[in-house]
Amino acid sequence: MLRTDEIQINIGPQHPSTHGVFRMLANLDGEVVTKVESKVGYLHRGMEKLAESRTYPQFIPYTDRLDYLAAIAANIGYVQTVEKLMGVEIPERAEYLRVIFFELQRIASHLIAAGTNSSDLGGMTPFLYAMADRERILDMFEMTIGGRLTVNLPRIGGIIEPPEEFWPALKKFVDDLPGMIDEFNGIITGNEIFQARTKGVGVLSKELAEGLSITGPVLRASGVKWDVRKNAPYGIYDRFDFEVPTGENGDCFDRFVVRLREMEESGKIIRQAMRDIPEGPTFAKVAKVVKPPVGEIFHRVEGVRGEIAYYVVSDGSTKPYRLRLRGGSFINIQMLHHVVPGWKFADLIAILASLDIVLPECDR
Amino acid sequence: MPQFGSDIFLLIANWIRGLFGANTYAADVVMDIVKFIMIYVVLVLAVMVFVMLERKVCAWMQLRVGPNRLGPRGWGQIIGDMIKLMGKEDFRPDNVDKWPWALAPMFFLGITIMVFAVLPFGRGMVPVDLDLGIFYILAISALSVLPVVTAGWASNNKYSLLGGMRSVAQMISYEIPLVFSLLGVVMITQTFKTSAIVEAQQHVWFVLLQPIGFVVYVIAAMAEINRAPFDLIEAESEFGCGYFTEYSGLRFGLFYLAEYANLFLISAVAATVFLGGWQGPFLPGWLWFAIKVLFMVFLIMWFRWTFPRFRVDQLMHFGWKVLLPLSLANIVLTGVGIYVYQLIFPGIGG
Repeated sequence: MLRTDEIQINIGPQHPSTHGVFRMLANLDGEVVTKVESKVGYLHRGMEKLAESRTYPQFIPYTDRLDYLAAIAANIGYVQTVEKLMGVEIPERAEYLRVIFFELQRIASHLIAAGTNSSDLGGMTPFLYAMADRERILDMFEMTIGGRLTVNLPRIGGIIEPPEEFWPALKKFVDDLPGMIDEFNGIITGNEIFQARTKGVGVLSKELAEGLSITGPVLRASGVKWDVRKNAPYGIYDRFDFEVPTGENGDCFDRFVVRLREMEESGKIIRQAMRDIPEGPTFAKVAKVVKPPVGEIFHRVEGVRGEIAYYVVSDGSTKPYRLRLRGGSFINIQMLHHVVPGWKFADLIAILASLDIVLPECDR
Repeated sequence: MPQFGSDIFLLIANWIRGLFGANTYAADVVMDIVKFIMIYVVLVLAVMVFVMLERKVCAWMQLRVGPNRLGPRGWGQIIGDMIKLMGKEDFRPDNVDKWPWALAPMFFLGITIMVFAVLPFGRGMVPVDLDLGIFYILAISALSVLPVVTAGWASNNKYSLLGGMRSVAQMISYEIPLVFSLLGVVMITQTFKTSAIVEAQQHVWFVLLQPIGFVVYVIAAMAEINRAPFDLIEAESEFGCGYFTEYSGLRFGLFYLAEYANLFLISAVAATVFLGGWQGPFLPGWLWFAIKVLFMVFLIMWFRWTFPRFRVDQLMHFGWKVLLPLSLANIVLTGVGIYVYQLIFPGIGG
């Protein structure tokens, strides 16, 4: 036998497929990964500490910078937490608008997830298709508030009313959505090479997923039917009729397909919200200076990459005494060193791509 | 009587030879130099067109516009790119193995250029009409694994090394189906001579007689030159840039040139062996050859921008368990076919 050594290679923080400043140390035995360590924290900005020196409304733009692909998810999670703490009821129309924007953001983010997943596996074209489709959502954000990536849309007590031209654009987008997903399925999901690369790769068992408190599409792909929108509804999600898509095997392919199906479900939710949305104001009466009562509150929403949860302690002043936030990416990354060893190096990339992490949310 | 359009290059060659009168030795030497320069010029021009074509084709497939600023419809972009590459600092990382590192890109391009010597670009336009033309093509192109692994090893970079090591496994395993896929044609024509193979396709192209051989050839050749979906050696989402991670400036440019020269090469071999080379009605032979090469290039670009990448073990399985048996079966089928043909039409060879 030849004596062979393992080599340790450093993947990231500057690497095309770590999607940001994520770093992994992988030990390779030939092509096989024997051990992988994930190193996070390159983008740590101390968001939780920053919150303590900002007033409640001032912190909303900071939540944009958590998960830059799904800014509205973090926005809405935060404003709902503060509203819950203050006991503010927001108008019906604002609730519906929040649902519409949240689900639009979910579609936009899942498009990126599906696109980057395929570009990490070498298929660049679907990525561009996804980008082109996402552009239409960003245009809708732009016509509402001007921002495209960090939109900063909801406020404590309401949400910005979108302009007139928003509604035809939204209707057209929702009508086109099934076609977009079909096109995507045609170019990538049905591809033999893609299936060979993802089916049965990086299987995350149901037990492990639950044990690691993994959430979001990654958890659902492992066969756990858990969605905060269904299991612990917030806002007005209990009024909508939608499915929670789950996978069977928990492999990379399931994680990819679950996201595509979630996009369809989001489209369904938006269609129902467009049908039911009432006329009326979009802002509740909230004091100019937000001063929640003394107390503490925990609130969670089904974010795009997993549950987004906020825990806010208020001492009665205009600034939070302590704010703790949880994002999906940080916790989902944990599965890497449980699942990856034994797979090939190329599979490590496929598994990481299927997790769909966003580093600012992970490092905070 | 030579026609002006189709034999223009032959007329030029005869004119050059005529300058030397009876001194045929000097004429041969000068003609060899002219042929070499011509190959190089054609190659560089073709690569320029292909690079631009790749960007345009990929933009077209990805719903983008592509380069459209410099020159008419952006076709001047390639000049700008070349000037940029040439203007870059000749940077050598500290820990590379100096000589192998510097020589690898030159050898890579050199080996590719050597193969063009036996390709028939038109009627009577074979720079060197070797009796063992196909054999020569395969033998020389098999060498191209060496500069790749040299570059990977000498770069002293783990990503490059992994890329280089993958290249050995990949190129060697796909070499075999590549050779076997061309053997069917050689069995039919009973010659290795490229010009004779083109002549034999006057009535029917070998892509019709050898469909399996053609498919196996295209797949294996794409793997041989590391085109996507077989670009595991570069695999930018895994290794950054694979074996040429540490190269920049003109040296990177040489790899780039060689990559597209290889694309030209496999398209030209496919056109010669399977698509009837320069044979075709109305248009001059060299134009037919160019059209066929462009068709093959487009086909291969189409594959690249459609498919995701294979994984390394799947690549090996595909090569050894699918392509190799398929190419062997093709050889057996061809043999049986020739035997039956000779039984029906006795006296006609092959």
